[in-house]
Amino acid sequence: MFNKILIANRGEIACRVMKTAKKMGISTVAIYSDADKNALHVKMADEAIHIGPAPANQSYIVIDKVMQAIRESGAQAVHPGYGFLSENAKFAEALAAEGVAFVGPPVGAIESMGDKITSKKIAQDAGVSTVPGYMGLIEDAEDAVKISNEVGYPVMIKASAGGGGKGMRIAWNDDEAREGFQSSKNEAANSFGDDRIFIEKFVTQPRHIEIQVLCDAHGNGIYLGERECSIQRRNQKVVEEAPSPFLDEETRRAMGEQSVALAQAVGYASAGTVEFIVDGDKNFYFLEMNTRLQVEHPVTELITGVDLVEQMIRVANGEPLTITQDDVTLTGWAIENRLYAEDPYRGFLPSIGRLSRYRPPAETAAYLPGVAAGDAGEVVVRNDTGVFEGGEISMYYDPMIAKLCTWAPTREKAIEAMRVALDSFEVEGIGHNLPFLSAVMDHEKFVSGQMTTAFIEEEFPDGFQGVALPEADLKRIAAATAAMHRVAEIRRTRVSGRMDNHERRVGEDWVVTLQGVEHALKIDADKDGSTITFDDGSSMRVASEWTPGDQLANVDVDGAPLVLKVGKISGGFRIRNRGADLKVFVRTPRQAELAKLMPEKVAPDTSKMLLCPMPGLIVKVDVEVGDEVQEGQALCTVEAMKMENILRAEKKSVVAKINAGAGDSLAVDDVIMEFE
Amino acid sequence: MKDILQELEDRRADARLGGGQRRIDSQHAKGKLTARERVELLLDEDSFEEFDMFKSHRCTDFGMEKQKAAGDGVVVGWGTINGRMVYVFSQDFTVFGGSLSETHAEKICKIMDMAMQNGAPVIGINDSGGARIQEGVASLAGYAEVFQRNVMASGVVPQISVIMGPCAGGAVYSPAMTDFIFMVKDTSYMFVTGPDVVKTVTNEVVTAEELGGASTHTKKSSVADGAFENDVEALAEVRRLVDFLPLNNKEKPPVRPFFDEPGRIDESLDTLVPENANTPYDMKELITKMADEGDFYEIQEDFAKNIITGFIRLEGQTVGVVANQPMVLAGCLDIDSSRKAARFVRFCDCFEIPILTLVDVPGFLPGTSQEYGGVIKHGAKLLFAYGEATVPKVTVITRKAYGGAYDVMSSKHLRGDFNYAWPTAEIAVMGAKGATEIIHRADLGDAEKIEQHTKDYEDRFANPFVAAERGFIDEVIMPHSTRRRVSRAFASLRNKSLTNPWKKHDNIPL
Repeated sequence: MFNKILIANRGEIACRVMKTAKKMGISTVAIYSDADKNALHVKMADEAIHIGPAPANQSYIVIDKVMQAIRESGAQAVHPGYGFLSENAKFAEALAAEGVAFVGPPVGAIESMGDKITSKKIAQDAGVSTVPGYMGLIEDAEDAVKISNEVGYPVMIKASAGGGGKGMRIAWNDDEAREGFQSSKNEAANSFGDDRIFIEKFVTQPRHIEIQVLCDAHGNGIYLGERECSIQRRNQKVVEEAPSPFLDEETRRAMGEQSVALAQAVGYASAGTVEFIVDGDKNFYFLEMNTRLQVEHPVTELITGVDLVEQMIRVANGEPLTITQDDVTLTGWAIENRLYAEDPYRGFLPSIGRLSRYRPPAETAAYLPGVAAGDAGEVVVRNDTGVFEGGEISMYYDPMIAKLCTWAPTREKAIEAMRVALDSFEVEGIGHNLPFLSAVMDHEKFVSGQMTTAFIEEEFPDGFQGVALPEADLKRIAAATAAMHRVAEIRRTRVSGRMDNHERRVGEDWVVTLQGVEHALKIDADKDGSTITFDDGSSMRVASEWTPGDQLANVDVDGAPLVLKVGKISGGFRIRNRGADLKVFVRTPRQAELAKLMPEKVAPDTSKMLLCPMPGLIVKVDVEVGDEVQEGQALCTVEAMKMENILRAEKKSVVAKINAGAGDSLAVDDVIMEFE
Repeated sequence: MKDILQELEDRRADARLGGGQRRIDSQHAKGKLTARERVELLLDEDSFEEFDMFKSHRCTDFGMEKQKAAGDGVVVGWGTINGRMVYVFSQDFTVFGGSLSETHAEKICKIMDMAMQNGAPVIGINDSGGARIQEGVASLAGYAEVFQRNVMASGVVPQISVIMGPCAGGAVYSPAMTDFIFMVKDTSYMFVTGPDVVKTVTNEVVTAEELGGASTHTKKSSVADGAFENDVEALAEVRRLVDFLPLNNKEKPPVRPFFDEPGRIDESLDTLVPENANTPYDMKELITKMADEGDFYEIQEDFAKNIITGFIRLEGQTVGVVANQPMVLAGCLDIDSSRKAARFVRFCDCFEIPILTLVDVPGFLPGTSQEYGGVIKHGAKLLFAYGEATVPKVTVITRKAYGGAYDVMSSKHLRGDFNYAWPTAEIAVMGAKGATEIIHRADLGDAEKIEQHTKDYEDRFANPFVAAERGFIDEVIMPHSTRRRVSRAFASLRNKSLTNPWKKHDNIPL
């Protein structure tokens, strides 16, 4: 076995690979850029080598620099992780030339699977189901109809040069095919100056399901079940799970066997992933093969008990697989949620900065990749991360902060474990998608397993505005916060300097107001907790170890866990739970009565203002006071993260006031200009 | 007998109605609470004892003898806030518009005298149209009686003013002399002369809100120390502030049970100061991470944001914090920030509240507007305040401590008790670039040489050790252990005894 391995990557995947290397007794070498000087993967490694400036194209993906680090460290093998150089044939060649083992497939496999057209051809030859279609040129409308019939409706008529939906038509019958061909052709000619058209099968209710394969250099190959990755935003996977709630055993086997056949056809030797698109009738079609470790590999590890990184290293070391297809059993259910530094309330804009707080939920101590999850606990929590509290999310790399996985014997329990884990995950200082993930975990279509790749587009067409919790949940939160408030108030009465014998007594009756609803309740506290009786007669039993200042409250409400993120506001708490962000006021009945007299303050109308969407520097202002601007007209340019963002008029109006000029540095929501 | 007892109840009921239900409704319609409702929210439930409920004015001019209301437009008395005694007056806008008469003033003076004698804070809730014009000079005399008591009480018991309606003309000077002024957004304003007079005299057209609203006084004039959304929130926050303050100048600041480990280590502080010396960071993160339970009560949050002032607790005991904020103007000292911090330091010193100073200061803000504005004397205020303060003083230099600003920010030389520095501290006369350009003026044309000189300067001076070698820094500490170190430092200073030489009073550069 190798003594030393270099991980040509950063962030969570570098840390993930090191974990297994350490387990195997292999010492680890990290590489890092200027931006990653204090990164977690650098701290974790046995040694670390600086390879250049922050931008990846000057450091992590410069083959010469990585090769230099390999020479310097004397590493015998390199794990590339994903992204960066992981599917770069030149890198694999460079390693081979110096006799360093590449923890990945042979160069030939990378090359042949790297090209979309070649890979599709090889797949077809290997007997893998591909999307039926006609790649040649189509002469006229009648030709289009003929080919459409051969492919089978519905079909997609696409411009060769197309993109962004332009020059694309879906046809369900001959008439539509004829018409679609003509309009696609015209549109393509106008938009791209290239009117070549081709036709392929249109996949309805598409799901993204992929097969994990593992092959050695001795001709053995197995598949380790599938992963369902249908929940994506702009082709970026957000939630993955294994197994898929959609596949049956027969389809799984067919997909698995075809995947292994494809891998073997290209002499594959390592872990790899064959991606398929699956339609509503469980027809599956080959999309592409990823010749590397996939981001979402943990869910496969959780249901199979196989450490994929370990297998990759062993295969790279020339060892034959010790697992046969018969050894592979899929046990329980695993779900992965990707935590991104993207603000869901601002159209998922990337957010960078200091992680002033980062406290992931506790991981299951007994679980490690390679352990059968069921042996580690009833429920397993795994969090793959490359950051730490006080660390920085930089603008140079992928905005993924962590991959949170849960495993349980059933899908339902795995989802429930994920909900609690998300509630317990504390991230402050930057915008992130935790609330959005919570919303997905509670979404009916996800819960019932009926999602397609259009899930986010269809279910969140206007983006994400937070979650409105159901009444029952609000009541539980009201009960919990009332008990918490009582604890805080009692502590306040213990301040020094009070008048003996005339102390303040904290009462039992409270009114909790949240999401616009008042809950009058009574607290009967004893040594184990409190019984909360609502004015409708219902009651709840609440127990918690929470003390003032704790930012996370683990509350037991009638035996069920309720995990709240707790912040302070005047007269109550800011509570975050299940994707909702609530202001909760806890008041005495008299305070509540008087609070009702307070006017509802309306937020200032910002529809007539141009607000700065991100912290940045005004580079130039394109208009002057009094100018009439048209919808879409450029108003000013803000530079943020070295990117110039042009801000445009949302509607026709006249500029009334300009508050900022070139060179001003603005914060989010600063008013740049006002309109009449 | 029963009738006699009943008469008391009837008279009380009448007095509690103030100016009558119609005016109470109109007060509510404006989004304001009544004087008594405010007192109720300010004090512990059922703890208020009212004085002079039946007192009424003695004016006989302009038919006033026919218009009398029990209480004469102000509710006064005492009660408790979390069991601690406070005195309170609350002006009743429903009675003669809360206007101040001779008797109204007498009521306020009565509780102020009691507060001084019994050593408890005074909280004034202001909602008044101004002087009772019908009373003429008697009303003005009333104001002055209150002013004189404000002066006498200053530094003896904490005085807090809450502006919950109009407060105009001479009336502003009573709050102005108290320790803290809080306002309610949209429903309160303070000015010496109102918009009408302004228009007549200067031709300026301005609304009451623009002239003296909460936003104006918290952001521009710094007259007010904080602004709140409504009456309910304002009173809850005043209660919270009182929990931090001693009842009088002979008492130690309050201590309460706390749920936080004094020795709590926070590793994330090791990365708070960015690699690049010109990159800002949020000093509030350090404050909240050091404080018990992350609780920070900020004073003048919206004014001179380049310096932060407010209260935290360490081991349950109140500590006043003054901190440069690198996020705003690089944390430099200027006229506004010096004035803001100086007043805060003096408040803490009056009331035996220990002071924690967090330093990251590149110096004083240069420029004509600063010099013409008298930055020399204003900066001297902060220097003076620190120099005369005898309370425990602990200082932590996180990054820059340059030039005269280093001296000002509670340095060892101003009788700092514990002066700590993080390893990232740079204690020097100025930044490396500026210093090099002066020391090596001859080499200015040679970029390479200057670069080398700059590097040499940085190596020699951009660290805490030169100061530590001289004992100006007691100890260089790890950022992650700041809470533990500072808590221990203050614990060791609990019996500190230091007095200044006898003087009638000092002559701070006002």
